[in-house]
Amino acid sequence: MNKVFLIIQREYLSRVKKKSFLIMTFLVPSLFLAMIFLVGYLSKKGDDSKKEFKVLDQSGIFQNQLSNSSTLNFTYLDGDYAKAKKDIRKDENVYLLYIPSDYAKSGKTEIISEKKPGFAIVDDIESQMETILRNKKLIAAGIDTAVLNSSKAKVSINAKQLTDEGEKDASIGATFIVGFVSAFLIYLSLFIYGAQVMRGVIEEKTNRIIEVIVSSVKPFQLMLGKILGIGAVGLTQFLLWIILSTSLSTLAAGYFSKDESVKAKVEQVKNSTKGQEITKAASSNNKVQDFLQAADTINFPYIISTFFFYFLGGYLLYSALFAAVGSAVDNETETQQFMLPITLPLIFTFILGMNVIVNNPDSTLSFWLSIIPFTSPIAMMIRIPFGVPGWQIALSMALLIIGFIFTTWVASRIYRVGILMYGKKVTYKELAKWFSYKE
Amino acid sequence: MLKVSHIVKEYAKHRALDDVSLEVETGTIFGLLGPNGAGKTSLIRIINQITGPDEGEVFFNGEKLNQSHINKIGYLPEERGLYKKMEIGEQMLYLAQLKGLSRTEAAKRIKFWFEKMGMQDWWKKKVEDLSKGMQQKVQFVATVLHEPELIILDEPFSGFDPVNAEIIKDEILELNKKGSTIIFSTHRMESVELLCNHIALLNKSHKILDGSVKSIKNAYRDNTFYLETTRVFDITNVKTFELINSEKSDEGEKIKIKLKDGFSTNDVLSELIPLTGINYLEEVIPTINDIFIEKVKQLN
Repeated sequence: MNKVFLIIQREYLSRVKKKSFLIMTFLVPSLFLAMIFLVGYLSKKGDDSKKEFKVLDQSGIFQNQLSNSSTLNFTYLDGDYAKAKKDIRKDENVYLLYIPSDYAKSGKTEIISEKKPGFAIVDDIESQMETILRNKKLIAAGIDTAVLNSSKAKVSINAKQLTDEGEKDASIGATFIVGFVSAFLIYLSLFIYGAQVMRGVIEEKTNRIIEVIVSSVKPFQLMLGKILGIGAVGLTQFLLWIILSTSLSTLAAGYFSKDESVKAKVEQVKNSTKGQEITKAASSNNKVQDFLQAADTINFPYIISTFFFYFLGGYLLYSALFAAVGSAVDNETETQQFMLPITLPLIFTFILGMNVIVNNPDSTLSFWLSIIPFTSPIAMMIRIPFGVPGWQIALSMALLIIGFIFTTWVASRIYRVGILMYGKKVTYKELAKWFSYKE
Repeated sequence: MLKVSHIVKEYAKHRALDDVSLEVETGTIFGLLGPNGAGKTSLIRIINQITGPDEGEVFFNGEKLNQSHINKIGYLPEERGLYKKMEIGEQMLYLAQLKGLSRTEAAKRIKFWFEKMGMQDWWKKKVEDLSKGMQQKVQFVATVLHEPELIILDEPFSGFDPVNAEIIKDEILELNKKGSTIIFSTHRMESVELLCNHIALLNKSHKILDGSVKSIKNAYRDNTFYLETTRVFDITNVKTFELINSEKSDEGEKIKIKLKDGFSTNDVLSELIPLTGINYLEEVIPTINDIFIEKVKQLN
């Protein structure tokens, strides 16, 4: 066992000391941080500049009805469309909102400007106009404005999920993203670290150091040491990413919360998660708030620990197969023929996961994909944020453990023969023969 | 020291070793000889427990070969290899630790060997920065660092220039003097026959000859001698030997003779002295190569 530890140590240190490891470790959180800054910067910038809207309302419905906000300022025009359009061109920061006389029937309006207006602005104006129009129609139908005001209701479906701890908010969007990101990370890392194991085996074989090593340790010990060492590199990388990203984004959040409006929003989100009733103003930021709120209710420690389990389980299962492939060939170009059966289940699960599991996490197909060891690391990670019964997780985990013990056993039987075979064009039949060799 | 008993090893289609038995005594330098494909490497891999035999057993110091013996054997494979991107010092520490040395002990011994071999400034170098000969030296040191009781060297001198080959040869002899048993495996029989005191010949998966170099050579001596004389003499009437071939030179005549039954070299000398001056008379001792070829011919 001591020798396996030595091998793990070498595999681990030789990779962690590499420049590429350091670069990757800092690059990913930096990109993450850069993204936060970019989003923050852009939204801040958006807040600062006030958009000037000239309203040419030929229908008369919206005259002096649109309300100014911190980002929007409406002024009303008279006259004809062609002239207004011409005037607008002189100033690129001014937008023309044109409402034709047949608006009530057609429901069509135009925003004319030099610059394209942002999505949030259009969204805001649309919702204001909808409200105004509806109010007008209701009044026309003889409904009292007082009644109208009291009946003003904003409906936002809050998907609540019954769990042991009681009700839990579940935002489909946030759940989807958490599931998607963790499944994608597992998918990617199985390929990255699996390929590293394979390359490591090929390197030792082509270097011919393999014979020196296996005269000191059993081939199985070498294979195990390599797999565990590289797996530890993967875990280190993930841990560093999580730590760095969390601390960096905390710093970033601190930086942005100097801005009052963001602070207010954060406060609002915090309050809402405490279960306090808040009235939601018609604001385009609602969706973001909902998302943040839902993200806050996701059980991250639970997701992260299952993520680590499925990463490790999946990695052990697949890297053993990658090691067997590496042992069977003389160089990397020959690996193609054996790679397909390994990569196919991964790609297949990933595609199915993105299309089927996400839409229907409790279907029979989703269930089976998350139970079978070859597909469960990806499939289960997509399902977990939606909530999976305990017995299913237990079954899936148990099968994954049995699965990687099985693949390691199969792979080691191929590996021990393969590492000492040179210059042979290896077929599947050959692999089967190696498998059945005695010691 | 090492006893190999009735080993059979089969690969997919051919039998690499067929009922091979041999014994290596403690302190000897043992030559495992034979042409390419004779089964030498298969046998060595079994001794190193890289593969197992299909039939037969190996005993190390009287015990059935097991994991505990791995640290007592040092193996230099024919195909040399090191991690290209790893520092030499780190690499040697790693290999020595895999053979059971502690890190501190390994570091001490590496320093000792580095000084001995003039490699002091190699610690931080990477294998890819070294010449092939230098890599061989590194690998040789790595093989013997844990002071193994048995050192197995597969084609040890290939890849060395004559100067370094000589250095390595001296080191091997010194290790042998200190008590290590050495097995040489090579197809270049002439390169080790002077070093070995015991050999086994393998051919086509079978052991065809085994014994001490002296006894084997004795067994293949056939009373032939080289004779050089100062002047040409009449050979037709000599009674003690017959001529095999002759070669005239400036100084006289160099001939190969075969003693007739019942006569010794002394008889030859007393017959020749009245006839001519004698520069030398030397027995023709067959080389292992000759013996091998002879033996293979016999078997066919």
